[in-house]
Amino acid sequence: MGAYIVRRVLWAILLLLVVSFLTFVIFDVLPSADPAVLRAGRNATPSLIHQIRINLGLNKPFYVQYWNYLKGVALHFDLGYSYYNTESVRSEIFSRLPATISLAVGGFVVWMLLGLPVGIVSAIRPRTILDRVMMGGSLVAISAPVYFVGLVALFVFAKGSGLVNWFSGAGSYVPVTQNPGQWFGSLILPWFTLAASFAAFYARMTRGNLIETMGEDYIRTARAKGLRESKVIAKHGLRAALTPIVTMAGMDIGLLLGGAILTETVFNIPGVGRYAYDAITNSDLPAIQGTVLFGAFFIVFANLVVDVLYAFLDPRVTYA
Amino acid sequence: MALLEIDDLHVSFKTVDGIVRAVDGVSLSLDGGRTLGIVGESGSGKSVTAQTIIGLTRFPNATITGQIRFDGRDLVSMPTDDLRGIRGARIAMIFQDPLSSLHPFYRVGSQIVEAIRTHEDVSRGTARRRTIEALRSVGIPSPEERFSSFPHEMSGGMRQRVMIAMALALRPDILIADEPTTALDVTVQAQVLELIQALRDDFGTAVILITHDLGVVSQMADDVAVMYAGRVLEYAPREELFAAPEHPYTWGLLQSIPRLDAPRTERLSPIAGSPPSLIRVPQGCTFHPRCPYAPPPAFEVEPELKESSPGHLVRCHLPVEERKRLWQSLQHEHPALR
Repeated sequence: MGAYIVRRVLWAILLLLVVSFLTFVIFDVLPSADPAVLRAGRNATPSLIHQIRINLGLNKPFYVQYWNYLKGVALHFDLGYSYYNTESVRSEIFSRLPATISLAVGGFVVWMLLGLPVGIVSAIRPRTILDRVMMGGSLVAISAPVYFVGLVALFVFAKGSGLVNWFSGAGSYVPVTQNPGQWFGSLILPWFTLAASFAAFYARMTRGNLIETMGEDYIRTARAKGLRESKVIAKHGLRAALTPIVTMAGMDIGLLLGGAILTETVFNIPGVGRYAYDAITNSDLPAIQGTVLFGAFFIVFANLVVDVLYAFLDPRVTYA
Repeated sequence: MALLEIDDLHVSFKTVDGIVRAVDGVSLSLDGGRTLGIVGESGSGKSVTAQTIIGLTRFPNATITGQIRFDGRDLVSMPTDDLRGIRGARIAMIFQDPLSSLHPFYRVGSQIVEAIRTHEDVSRGTARRRTIEALRSVGIPSPEERFSSFPHEMSGGMRQRVMIAMALALRPDILIADEPTTALDVTVQAQVLELIQALRDDFGTAVILITHDLGVVSQMADDVAVMYAGRVLEYAPREELFAAPEHPYTWGLLQSIPRLDAPRTERLSPIAGSPPSLIRVPQGCTFHPRCPYAPPPAFEVEPELKESSPGHLVRCHLPVEERKRLWQSLQHEHPALR
């Protein structure tokens, strides 16, 4: 197990290297705008632009830029400074992390609380009207893009802009340390928006897995023992059916901790995803690079956690 | 008065392709401490019959009629909540593939403990002690350690022993063994059968043994029912069935057993054709499309299951003398049948 984890960590580092390199190459090959010109502002003289280019190191070949960048990351976890406003990318990301964590974890709770029960009920009563309604609804939720659901939610429910003034709308986010009540209220719409498609997807997965599991021979054994059906489902059915769901949930939350770009943008939540969105708009390479690397880190880390967790959940799995 | 009496049992399932008549008018009886063998090909209804006894076929698309009398009560009409008290405790069941029949995520010991504590209000420690005792009684070495094994850590034979230990931990009146050796190595098959036999003799448990293997039945059944297309075609005490079988289908089964003592020139003769669809069962005798001897009425009218000699029931249109004559000439042709 120890050797396995060491091997996985080494692979993870290699993967992060590749990701950061690709981001750098893409930005070098396909510059969306000259960062120096953006940085110089309006009516800048060519010499100012030239000076900025030298200051930011943009006159050097991209592999030298990449090498310097890597050194900073590896030696003191320095993600560089924004071309756009010279802030430290690391501190920018960390200051936005609480908002992203609030959104991701809250959304996760909502989608699990919605998705699993719906999936379980559908699986226990397959092909009933209830099942069809819930599965039909979930298909709609999966198909609707987040920005669409988010805008509809704002249009219908948000205070000020909505048909009914029920929940706080876009831009109302405050840190939990500042005002927990307002923090919670401002996140209700984003949570449900983010959770909608996930909940639907998890409901369908849960239903499929549980129906399949309930056809297994060991379910028949459990019934033949004389267990009551509720226990057959809860202890024997769900134990097997939910194991793959747990691992999927770990991956998804890892993905979202890197920033939920669309949800954060629609609801104007100052999180990592919103930062990435701004960075792309401003052609701010260090910020793009930092958020991509940061997101990749969470995905790789979640992958590792899930794989190790799986060995505990499924005794048939061993790592060597 | 028999311990278990199945009377005119019908089980059908509604499917998208039509109604599957899996069991169509089966009547059988089992006395305490005896062994009833049910033989047939896949799709003959033998497993459905057995599973229906403890209500494992009560699916939403199933229709079950007839009676299964056990201990003065009818199991067919019994509510599932009541039937649960009988499942595992008074009638236990083991299945074909012990690997898929044990839950892969739970230790084998805890799966047996669960069975005990479902029916008896005993402490964990007591249940654990009884589980280890049960594991010991089925011949599992160092049962204290094996208690904590997962199913995938055991061999096929050991897993089936675990299933048997689980089934017998509560000392049931009846053990239903549904193809208990089919998924096992040949060398292990004999051990498992001997184990079931020994436990039956020690505890007086009656056994319903379901198999497609006449060899298995010839080893340990007292009575044998031969099933085909959801019906019993022949039903007789074991010695009688093997010495003087009267149904052409039984002859076919006997002829298709490979035998080591048969001359090497002799070929196996499988039964021609394949079992009928249970959605569209043939008119007349269900076996007539595959029967080389079918007399004209077999194409139109289904024969009744009639007694040809005391305790020997046959569902065939051929006259009794004709059947005796045909069997003798078959034995003459195939010395292995003697």
